[in-house]
Amino acid sequence: MADRARFSELAMEHMPSLYTAALRMTRNPADAEDLVQETFLKAYRAFDRFEEGTNLRAWLYKILTNTFINSYRAAKRRPEKADVDDVEDLYLYRHLGELQRDDLGRSAEDEVLDHITDDEVKQAIESLPETFRIAVLLADVEGFSYKEIADITDVPIGTVMSRIHRGRKALQKALLEYAVAGGLVGSSEAGR
Amino acid sequence: MGSGESGADCEETVQRLYTYLDGELTDERRAEIKKHLDDCSPCLQAFDFEAELRIVIASKCKDHVPEHLIVRVREVIAEEERRSTG
Repeated sequence: MADRARFSELAMEHMPSLYTAALRMTRNPADAEDLVQETFLKAYRAFDRFEEGTNLRAWLYKILTNTFINSYRAAKRRPEKADVDDVEDLYLYRHLGELQRDDLGRSAEDEVLDHITDDEVKQAIESLPETFRIAVLLADVEGFSYKEIADITDVPIGTVMSRIHRGRKALQKALLEYAVAGGLVGSSEAGR
Repeated sequence: MGSGESGADCEETVQRLYTYLDGELTDERRAEIKKHLDDCSPCLQAFDFEAELRIVIASKCKDHVPEHLIVRVREVIAEEERRSTG
């Protein structure tokens, strides 16, 4: 079992990505810092039960995600919904494809990929309902496999796939709105 | 655009595109989708966009960790270490 003296050496390198995940989850820098601190403290305490050589990053993310869900998730009367049932596959690609090329002949797709800002991406992720947000964070920002995400969030793989798929649709809808609002692409046909 | 007897068509390819991009298809299915992408330029362009979008999202979703947070976490762990060995 892992030796606590090695904790800092092994775990601290994951702080930047855990902090990013905490920011997207809590949407609030003060809460994100508290969440990260709490996560590292819990991880340190549990470290003698961690099997060194196994997936430390996923283990840390499981603690982060559980702590977020148990302590930081806003109390809600109703589960958040995102209406993604009418969002077709390849939503962003298809909508951008319908728009005109600009004067320089660049496609709307290239405009978005090249010029969407960090803040717009972060805000688009943060605009998602929590279940989708966590799934998209773990899959697309952190690159975990479906199996790892299933372990981290303690749901079946089928549920993971559904949340990722629907979460990406919701994200693409948000990204298109930001691209239009930010003037990256024209609004005449977008957002239909 | 049709499908070969064991190949994928555009509709199947679009449906499986994310799972393909995630590297989560079986070897057989992955080969079918790859074959379709090799043969179908519109689907390949859509795939290229989705792949690049993924990279853009990951690269733009980074944050600078405040120094005081690093210090704080180190202090909290050091304190815990003292408590448990002290």
